[in-house]
Amino acid sequence: MIAFVIRRLLQSIVVMLTVAFVAFFLFNFVGDPINNMVGQDTSMADRERLRQDLGLNDPFPVRFATFVGNALQGKFGVSYRMAEPVGRLIASRLPATLELSLMAASFALLVGIPMGVYTGLYPKRLSSRFFLTISLIGISLPTFLIGILLILVFAVLLGVLPSFGRGDVVKLGWWSTGFLTASGWKAVVLPAITLGLFQMTLIMRLVRSEMLEVMRTDYIKFARARGLTDRAVHFGHALKNTLVPVITITGLQLGAIIAFAIVTETVFQWPGMGLLFLQSVQFADIPVMATYLILIAFFFVVINLIVDLLYYVVDPRLRIDVQIRAN
Amino acid sequence: MRLINLVTASALALAAASMPASAKTFKWANDGDVSSMDPFARNETFLLTFMSNIYEPLVRRDRNLKLEPALAVKWGQASPTVWRFDLRPGVKFSDGSPFTADDAVFSLTRANSQGSNMTGYFVSVKEIRKAGDLAVEVETKYPDPLLDQKFAALGMMSKAWAEKNNAQQSADLTKMQENFATRNAMGTGPFVLSGREPDVRTTLKPNAGWWDKPEHNLTEVIFSRVANDATRVAALLSGEIDMIYTVPPQDTERLKNAATTKVLEGPETRVVYLGFDHLRPELLHSNVKGKNPFKDKRVREAFYRAIDVESIRTKVMRGQATPVALMVAPGINGYAKELDVRPKYDPALSRKLLAEAGYPEGFEVQMDCPNDRYVNDEKICQAVVAMLARINIRVFLLAQTRTRYFAQILGPAYNTSFFMLGWSPAATYDTHNPFEQLIQSRPERGKGLFNVGGYSNKAFDALADKIEVETDKAKRDAMIKEAHRLYRDDFAYIPLHQQALVWAMKRNVDLVQPADNSFPLRFVNLK
Repeated sequence: MIAFVIRRLLQSIVVMLTVAFVAFFLFNFVGDPINNMVGQDTSMADRERLRQDLGLNDPFPVRFATFVGNALQGKFGVSYRMAEPVGRLIASRLPATLELSLMAASFALLVGIPMGVYTGLYPKRLSSRFFLTISLIGISLPTFLIGILLILVFAVLLGVLPSFGRGDVVKLGWWSTGFLTASGWKAVVLPAITLGLFQMTLIMRLVRSEMLEVMRTDYIKFARARGLTDRAVHFGHALKNTLVPVITITGLQLGAIIAFAIVTETVFQWPGMGLLFLQSVQFADIPVMATYLILIAFFFVVINLIVDLLYYVVDPRLRIDVQIRAN
Repeated sequence: MRLINLVTASALALAAASMPASAKTFKWANDGDVSSMDPFARNETFLLTFMSNIYEPLVRRDRNLKLEPALAVKWGQASPTVWRFDLRPGVKFSDGSPFTADDAVFSLTRANSQGSNMTGYFVSVKEIRKAGDLAVEVETKYPDPLLDQKFAALGMMSKAWAEKNNAQQSADLTKMQENFATRNAMGTGPFVLSGREPDVRTTLKPNAGWWDKPEHNLTEVIFSRVANDATRVAALLSGEIDMIYTVPPQDTERLKNAATTKVLEGPETRVVYLGFDHLRPELLHSNVKGKNPFKDKRVREAFYRAIDVESIRTKVMRGQATPVALMVAPGINGYAKELDVRPKYDPALSRKLLAEAGYPEGFEVQMDCPNDRYVNDEKICQAVVAMLARINIRVFLLAQTRTRYFAQILGPAYNTSFFMLGWSPAATYDTHNPFEQLIQSRPERGKGLFNVGGYSNKAFDALADKIEVETDKAKRDAMIKEAHRLYRDDFAYIPLHQQALVWAMKRNVDLVQPADNSFPLRFVNLK
């Protein structure tokens, strides 16, 4: 088990190196940051000197090696746009993105699973069809449009929720949290729904189809024959057996939520890493872009690892396999 | 009776005391953030004017962009090559320390050293020296009539504060260092910095010890960055924000008509123009081989007369533009109204001119254009493509994001045949700046840095050199007019328009909109 975890972590280094390599290769095409960094009256010689000093004239392998070398020592450089160390910049944005992703994922699970169970158990009811129709919206509308629609309704027309920002935040060490203030909770509602809607519909449809399948199996019939309560049958036996694919999808989607928070963060001016990344792309702020992409790759690896470990918890067959092999 | 007086008096006193308690918090948003709190970190209008709320210059601009005394009460050329600034006595920084000549010399020197982005303002400067406790002298290498104009952009910092916090220089990106002054600020200005979260929110409080009488009635200012256009407009409509700028053109009408908001419009000093490659013997991106059609004045005139700026103004810009014929706009010193007359739009004449020049069937050329730099830049270029098609010029449009665009068309490559740019003489507010940067031949003596097309006109070069050092205003203005005629009659460029500044705010906000796209908070009043 420990060997398994270590092996996976070693693999993650390869993944991150690959991502860094591809990212650096792509940075040849994002354009020149120099013209964004200097004023229009700066002479060509000064521009060229700055380009030289920043190492932008070095060949691709040299730039890549320098970056990796510095990154291994924990130095990610200084942002061209903000003149601040990249490590601190990203650390200051990380809490916002993680809190938003957490809320979005919770929303997707807490709403998606019950709705999936309900529509799976009672597929013919009118309310089930209504839920399914709603879920079509979640799948088919693009994120930014949902965000704008929510802003229009809840911020402009009703005036009950803020249209942008994170509200007031409280500092707990280096972590800034919006969960301790009323305005923070209000601010997270719309972005979390926007970000989680697609995942919610996905989970709901997945649970529904799994439930439909499981409810037809023999062991459910036996359970009923034993006279177990509906609750025990539905949740103790049926739902538990639908969870393996749900965990896989949720895990993969959590990575996607963090990575694709870019759009939601932009619409709601949510001060997270995604917004930082987008602004860095517009500026060709290479140190920030590189660090962000590597960090996201790391998240994906870690989340996949956690998902793999969760299988052991949910699926007893895997544990037995391990024990048999161990013996 | 006495008792009643006492009661009235105390009631009045109470009322007076409670007056400031009605907090006037002004919340505004922009699509970009102030990229640093260091007043010399970047030579861009937004940063310079935002920071001037905290760090004041020696001479500042009033609402019509004219210079007026700020930290200097008197200034002028003591001799042709020496500028003298007499400083205002009794000015204090917001930490209570006095402002003296030492601080002024330190600030100017800091602005002209490693890490600062403002060194271009000091090209003519030879020496900056103290000339008494409240006087500074600046010696120039040659007579520089515009030095006070340039210095209006430079905020004054405290020498002691910078030294204490190890911020004697601006952050130097190449050294991978950060700098205290990037995140903190302390000046003499009407406002003091009270909170800073980069890219999120910056808060200011009025400076109680400010030397000038405040014209604003604010008790707090909260500046937020909201990058998304639709969200920014929604935040204004929902009342979370009092004022926004960079208003998306498609939302202007709506904000004008909404019950709670109003819109303030005015032409910006920036001129958006098209340029040709005048220099290469053969165009890089064209089907004409062996020669460069743009070397022929008739071809340039044909292009000029084929472009209908009025249609661009009404259809593409929705009225938010003011056509110009010169490379400078009203509000800039040297603008000449009587010369600001465009040659008539006349596609029939254009076709004739092309035929005379030897292109009766027209030709193909690539046009380079940014798509995120100026208002509707790509759409303007698309309209130009369609207009040129009417005179048989087949244009291939390459519109790119600014980071790629400027890397391609600016030096040293200058890789373009036909392009769009915008220019505002933000350093000096004077015509000589575009003359030197856009029209004088390159690369002679570092002139013509942004003369992307390599236009070269010896008569113009000589004239612009004289304008640079002429201190007699009447003579100088006459030469400027002559220079305007030279490039205009040569169809060196096709000036299009000034884009409009569009600001939107709640109806209870009263403020001043200067034409240089600066936003001085000292004129803001909330009713």
